[in-house]
Amino acid sequence: MPSPQTQDEIELARDLLAGKADAFDRFVEVFRSKIFQYALMMCGHREDAEEVAQDTLFKVFENFEQLREPERVRAWVFRIARNACYMKRRKSVFAPTQELSLDDLLPHSEQDGGHRKLEIADWSALPDDQVLRSELRDVIQAAIQELPEIYRAVILLRDVEELSTDETAQVLDISPESVKTRLHRARLAVRRTLDGYLRGIQSGVEHGTGQP
Amino acid sequence: MEPDNHSDDCKQIFALLSEYLDAELNPESCEDIQAHLAGCPPCIEFLESLKRTVRLCHNCESAEAPAPLGPETREKLLAAYRKSLSRR
Repeated sequence: MPSPQTQDEIELARDLLAGKADAFDRFVEVFRSKIFQYALMMCGHREDAEEVAQDTLFKVFENFEQLREPERVRAWVFRIARNACYMKRRKSVFAPTQELSLDDLLPHSEQDGGHRKLEIADWSALPDDQVLRSELRDVIQAAIQELPEIYRAVILLRDVEELSTDETAQVLDISPESVKTRLHRARLAVRRTLDGYLRGIQSGVEHGTGQP
Repeated sequence: MEPDNHSDDCKQIFALLSEYLDAELNPESCEDIQAHLAGCPPCIEFLESLKRTVRLCHNCESAEAPAPLGPETREKLLAAYRKSLSRR
C-alpha cells in the first residue's frame, strides 16, 4: 500500500498524463524541491543540485509519455535524477567504493558486574525528531555524505525519500538483497557517527563544557 | 546462556536488525529476534538507537531550497511537456 504522500504523487502523475491544466506547475513544485534535496546530498554541491533538478525535470517532461505506470512515478523520477547526479561526478564524493565491514560498525561491549554492556551513548538525550536542531541535522547530513557512494545512494532513497526496497533496486539497477545489505551498513555507519556525537555532548556535559 | 554464546547471538541479531525494523524478515527469523530481544537489554538498546537513526534520517533534509524557477526555464520545461503530450 503506497503512503499517502506517494498516493498524492501518483494522482499528480495521472493528472499530468491527462493534460490537466494546473498539473504541470504542481508537479514542478512537488518534485523540483525533492530532486534538489536528493541531489544536494548525493553530489554535495548546491550548484550541481540546481542543475540536476533542472536537467531531471527536463528529461521527465521530455519523456513523460513513456511513464506507463503512474504508480511508479517516484522511482521513475529518481532514476532519472540518479543518472543526472552521475553526470556531475566529482572525485571527492564519487570516490572508488570502500566496502563497509559489519564488524567495524558494531559497538564495543564490556563486562559490567557479570552483565555485558554496550559502549553506546544515551539516545534518550536526543531532541524530538520533528524539531531537529540544525547542528544535529548537519551531523546527520555529513554522516550520509561521508558514506561511500554505493551506501549513500541506498540510504538516501530508502530512508530519506522513503522509496521501497524494490523501487530502490529498480532505480539503482541492483538486486533487492543488495539494497538491504547496503542499507543496513549505511544505517549502522550513520548510527555510529550519531552515537559519537552524542557521547561527545554527554562527556562535555559531565565535564561542564558541553551544551545539554 | 554463556557470555561468549550470548555475544555471538547478538552479532547474528545485529546483522538482521534493519530487515527486522523494515518488516522484511520471514516470520521465523522475526520470532527468533523477538525471543532474543526479550532476554537481551543491550540488543534492545542498540535496536532503539538504530530505529532512532532511521527516523532522524527521514527528517534530515536541509532547509535549503532551490533558487526560484526563472520564466525562461519554466517555458522550456512546459514546451517539453506539451511536446511529450502531443506524442501520446
